[in-house]
Amino acid sequence: MTRPCSPAVLALLLLGSTVARADDRVDFNRDVRPLLSDTCFHCHGPDDKTREAELRLDEKESLFADRGGYAAVVPKKPEASEIVKRLTTDDPELQMPPAGFKKSLSPEQVDVVRRWIEQGADWKGHWAYVPPSNPAPPTVQDAHGFVRSEIDRFVYARLLEKGLVPSPEADKVTLARRLSFDLRGLPPTVEEVDAFLADESPDAYEKLVDRFLASDHFGERMAVDWLDLVRYADSIGYHSDNPRDVWLYRDYVIRSFNENKPFDEFTIEQLAGDLLPNATRSQRIASGYNRLLQTTQEGGAQAKEYTAKYTADRVRNVSSVWLGSTMGCSECHDHKFDPFTAADFYAMGAFFADVQETPVGRQGPTMLPTTEQQAELDRFDGERRRLQTVLDTQTPELDAELAEWESSPEARFDPWTTTRPREVVASEGVSTEELVDGFVGVEVRSPEADEAAPRTTTFTVASHLAGVTALRLEVLPNDEPAGVFEVTEISVQQGGKPVKPRATASHADGGHDVGKAFDGNVGTSWSLKSNPAKPSEAVLELPAPVAVSPDQPVTVTVKWAGDWSGRVRLAATAQKKPVNVGNDGRPPIDVRTIVATPPEARTDADRKRLAAYFRGFAPSLDPVRGELAKVNKQKADYVKTVPVSLVTTAVRPRTVRVLPRGNWLDDSGPVVDPAVPEFLGRLEVDGRATRLDLARWIVDENNPLTARVVVNRLWKQCFGRGLTALEDFGSQGEWPTHPELLDWLAVDLVRHDWDVKRTLKSIVMSGAYRQSSVADDELRSKDPYNKWLARQSRYRVPAELVRDNALAVSGLLNPTIGGPSVKPYQPTGYWKHLNFPKRTWSHDANENQYRRGLYTFWQRSFLHPSLLAFDAPSREECVVQRPRSNNPLQALVLLNDPTYVEASRAFAERIVDQGGESDESRLRFAFRTTLLRQPSDRELSVLSDLLKEQLTTYQADEAAAKAFLSVGQRPLPENANAAELAAWTAVARTLLNLHETITRS
Amino acid sequence: MNPLNHLHRRTFLSTSSLGIGSAVLASFLEPSKVRGDDVTADAAEQWRGVVDPLHHAAKAKRVIHLCMAGGPSHLETFDHKPKLAEMNGQPMPESFTKGKPIAQLQGRQLKCMGPQHPFRQWGESGQSIAEIFPEIGSVADDICIVNSLKTEAINHDPAHTYMNTGSLISGRPSMGSWLQYGLGSESRDLPGFVVLTSIGRFGQSQPIAARQWSAGFLPSRFQGVEFRSKGDPVLYVGNPPGVSRDSQKQVVDAVGRLNGLRNEVVDDPEIGTRIAAYEKAFRMQAALPELMNVAGETKETLELYGTQGGDGSFASNCLLSRRLLERGVRFVQLYHRGWDHHGGVKRNTEGTAGEVDRACAALIKDLKQRDMLKDTLVVWGGEFGRTPMAQGNGRDHHIQGFSCWMAGGGIKGGVTHGATDELGYDAVENVMHVNDLHATILHLLGIDHERLTYRFQGRDFRLTDIAGEVVKPILA
Repeated sequence: MTRPCSPAVLALLLLGSTVARADDRVDFNRDVRPLLSDTCFHCHGPDDKTREAELRLDEKESLFADRGGYAAVVPKKPEASEIVKRLTTDDPELQMPPAGFKKSLSPEQVDVVRRWIEQGADWKGHWAYVPPSNPAPPTVQDAHGFVRSEIDRFVYARLLEKGLVPSPEADKVTLARRLSFDLRGLPPTVEEVDAFLADESPDAYEKLVDRFLASDHFGERMAVDWLDLVRYADSIGYHSDNPRDVWLYRDYVIRSFNENKPFDEFTIEQLAGDLLPNATRSQRIASGYNRLLQTTQEGGAQAKEYTAKYTADRVRNVSSVWLGSTMGCSECHDHKFDPFTAADFYAMGAFFADVQETPVGRQGPTMLPTTEQQAELDRFDGERRRLQTVLDTQTPELDAELAEWESSPEARFDPWTTTRPREVVASEGVSTEELVDGFVGVEVRSPEADEAAPRTTTFTVASHLAGVTALRLEVLPNDEPAGVFEVTEISVQQGGKPVKPRATASHADGGHDVGKAFDGNVGTSWSLKSNPAKPSEAVLELPAPVAVSPDQPVTVTVKWAGDWSGRVRLAATAQKKPVNVGNDGRPPIDVRTIVATPPEARTDADRKRLAAYFRGFAPSLDPVRGELAKVNKQKADYVKTVPVSLVTTAVRPRTVRVLPRGNWLDDSGPVVDPAVPEFLGRLEVDGRATRLDLARWIVDENNPLTARVVVNRLWKQCFGRGLTALEDFGSQGEWPTHPELLDWLAVDLVRHDWDVKRTLKSIVMSGAYRQSSVADDELRSKDPYNKWLARQSRYRVPAELVRDNALAVSGLLNPTIGGPSVKPYQPTGYWKHLNFPKRTWSHDANENQYRRGLYTFWQRSFLHPSLLAFDAPSREECVVQRPRSNNPLQALVLLNDPTYVEASRAFAERIVDQGGESDESRLRFAFRTTLLRQPSDRELSVLSDLLKEQLTTYQADEAAAKAFLSVGQRPLPENANAAELAAWTAVARTLLNLHETITRS
Repeated sequence: MNPLNHLHRRTFLSTSSLGIGSAVLASFLEPSKVRGDDVTADAAEQWRGVVDPLHHAAKAKRVIHLCMAGGPSHLETFDHKPKLAEMNGQPMPESFTKGKPIAQLQGRQLKCMGPQHPFRQWGESGQSIAEIFPEIGSVADDICIVNSLKTEAINHDPAHTYMNTGSLISGRPSMGSWLQYGLGSESRDLPGFVVLTSIGRFGQSQPIAARQWSAGFLPSRFQGVEFRSKGDPVLYVGNPPGVSRDSQKQVVDAVGRLNGLRNEVVDDPEIGTRIAAYEKAFRMQAALPELMNVAGETKETLELYGTQGGDGSFASNCLLSRRLLERGVRFVQLYHRGWDHHGGVKRNTEGTAGEVDRACAALIKDLKQRDMLKDTLVVWGGEFGRTPMAQGNGRDHHIQGFSCWMAGGGIKGGVTHGATDELGYDAVENVMHVNDLHATILHLLGIDHERLTYRFQGRDFRLTDIAGEVVKPILA
């Protein structure tokens, strides 16, 4: 079926798209391959599972092969070429694509194929898979004073070809603002703009470029895009989406860009920093790249399934980030359009099979002390070793002490038997869930409707033990905030009759001992406020030993007071009374066995074991143990100050198989070793190839993809779009608008040691970059997407920069670089859907409130709503290019988010303070501070009218003015005139809401 | 006006011309796609959808998806298995379970657990529904029960993602976003895709990620907007303290005027869209209090749903959903987060059923009496079902066979479609995969699921990925 296609659409498609004009020479890669790829490769392409008639249109041999008297393509003879026959016949038996197939070629497109054959059917490999050529910049006659650099010669030649005229250079204010957003992610200051305006030297612009490239904010701007690619976030992603620490990696990225680390080094450190000889702290942090993917802690998730998911995730990411390729498509089958096979996919995954991780559960972070911190840790460890040596050394004195202890042996084994509840009944307000090992998950919530309704949980337990003397209740709180464990009563019943136990507990708050839970008074309670995070237990000694068999079960009913979530478990014992917490113990079984053996029959190992066990509590060693405990505590406290991050540690590689149709349950596929995609070459290494080999291959100068992918993204950073599709360099991607320029930039980057700042500088120094972005109707209709660069682009800045700009303009911005992620204001309850555990967001009540957007705590399942509204991605998957939307939710954010309201007020204070005395001078100051240009008279009058209206309003209602000014944590200046400041805040708010304010043009 | 200006206004879409199908282009270029004769900025802001005309006549205009998060047990709700009762306590035959994925029961002995609630026949159709749903039972003749659903993921998070996006991989658009993209919204003042959530008192609350209503790779304007029962109903919809509606209007007007003045200089179509966005935001600020205020509802209506409204309960959200649908919202997704019953399945299914039963039925009755059921599609179900095997006195996650029901726009009422085997383990008759469910929903809305596509990373993606067939027998 062909979609209805109006003449207007067709005209548009013809204009500057892949369809070659009649007078052009047809280029296979530009004109023909995209048609074949989109329409034919599905059945005649790389995937042999869906291939028909043994015909591959993506391979030269197959295309031209003699098929017994005929061939798909016969050069110069369209009529003899089977492909043309099939595309043009009306015979439903022969017609291609077959009737009912969802894609087809238009007559114009068929004509392109025909003319390509006519012209000799010159075939080329897909452009992105052949190494970039090093084309000389074309020689051009510059009639517009446009050409400043080699880049411009490529651009200009294309403009002439398209009959387009470049735009004039933008004014200096626009240039400064554009450059500052592109290179620092912040607006320039008024002072910077003034200096630039005053600088009439020929290299004034270059000085500005150098200044911005040297700024430490450069790394922050670069990180915004890079973190999207590698899916950096502060939470694990799946299900409970728990927090994790990886901000050291983020800071590594910022620092690397600031230091202008060569991109090949940057690549190697991330993929394989841990494998470098004598890996530095920074290289290990960089290797955290391999750990940035989404992980799960969901109970019941299967390790094998998630290991498969993680493998696939890593292949998708590495191929997107560095190869601009959609290898993800090959998880279930050979790629439909590009020559990636399923075997390639899993072989790529095998590179990562050595990454140590927890398939299901918390990912253990690695401590990454600085040099100073390491020295301090070493000091603690030295002291601990010294003390431990004392504790580990058997002396004659200890021998004597041991002999004495032996004469009064207290052999013991754990007398407790876990009883899995036969039934758990919970009242309203309590939910329970049976877990493994006899634990029951409990969640106690505040009553919503009926305050008086008691919240209870009743456990019914039985035991095979004869004569149960005591029950034990273990209490394990969830990760904070678990709430407070507080119970008013615990009642034990058997056969409907109450049993009155004697209780002891490991922990209790002052005045809330465990006995309070057995006093029959709901006004008193046993509580664990002082021990909220650690396990506690209570032992309930029964009045007399009883049988608790399945037909005579005991019920234990807990009446809850606090809100709490955690796990509880019941156990029974038949040990002789008295059974109390803490003294139910005997030595472990092996020790009891040794003790029972006559000394002469003991082996050396026995003697050592016994002595070691005894030293564990020998009274004469108490002082040393005390000292060790003290040092341990000191070290533990110190460790809390040492940052941690997820890094890569290589372990023995897991076996990786090709999973048929991506099915992780199917073990029938062949085992694969690490390898790069076959059509792109092979690694010459001895033994199993490693991530380091992969990384080096990626940045090898012969890799056709990496450098092109990198320069294309740098181009996008400066023009809003790439020279070709950013996310797909395969045959479904785009023929580059300027293929020679793309190649030239790629070669230039590699030749200059992957110097990113240098490439960026060469782009922003170009005349193309410096053009005005104002386009008239004619230019817009000729080139609606600005593919040919007869102007600069204008677009709304990325989400983080929307925030950064408002903070910078208002003067609130805290320019600190790096450190743990921060929490700006966020609407109450936004995290209410998170569970296991529940969480609440507490915003930073200090200067961290005013940090740049990229430091915002990145909660994948609930990204900060202000960032989300402006298209910041959740970072679950690689994002190469954010959509750029323009919608009402953005208006609500800028108007009403306290961040912007407070920024408006801070800005208003600045205006009143620094803007002079008259309204007009203040309005001019406000306008210029925000937009860096002078307002027109009409603009001034809109603001002036608003000021008057607002002043009238707030003078009439001072309470409203004060309420308005109360938003945010920033204190009001003393002696502030509330009505006046409120009115100026409204003006400031208006300015921060302007389209121009959030637009880079 | 040059139609290309209008095209350019849409630069929020992929800026690549190859990235936009001709159907999308057509919708840019045809003035009929935008409201009114004059192509104003406001009209430009109003997205009318890429499926125009519809691929075929639609039976439904809007959808309400009642998401029973956590995975309701099909065996205690809509899939009656007497044989399982007979087998209660006996080992689950290995022939059923061998080689199948399993969640928390990994490595445990698998024993059958009989249905914990009696079933009975309801209505003239005699549909079999557990007695814990007397109210849904009372509308049995209006609903189509599907007892043969299958899905691909056995853990909550990926299973939700699959139910909403048709993919296990994060980053794909959710169903509501696809519908926004395909059909646009009929509301000038409200988002076209709204999400409501409530929790229960029986069972731990499932975490629900915003991914479930994300627009994925579609522009973010198509994402679901969550309406909240506490605080601002929509994030940031309330004016700052001390800012009256008039005062806010002055600011919004000044922003509009200044944007307009700038546009005279730079002539940027994005500015027109921005002006319209502020106008819509301002209208939304006014529309929401009216929407949320149920004071105008009759006593009978409140009684029907069993709510006074405004408390964030499931019932209150059902009532709110109806108000949203009346106002032109295309897709409402309503979560109840309390269906994960690993323990105490008897008590907890009864409890949770009690929390949703009356309101679900009320929704159907209410839509019917307003003559809206005929073109409103109601879908009820979880991300998966639960094992016929016991997990203590509860049931574990289960993906081989489970239930949902549908009603309204284009659905045949009073029928049961598909069946699991005698123990309720595997869907064996008229198996309906989640992809088929999606294909069917799109079909009812006038969309051919194979033709609603979006080019991303060189591939035409769709809600049904590479599968999905319209389930014809359940169509009216």
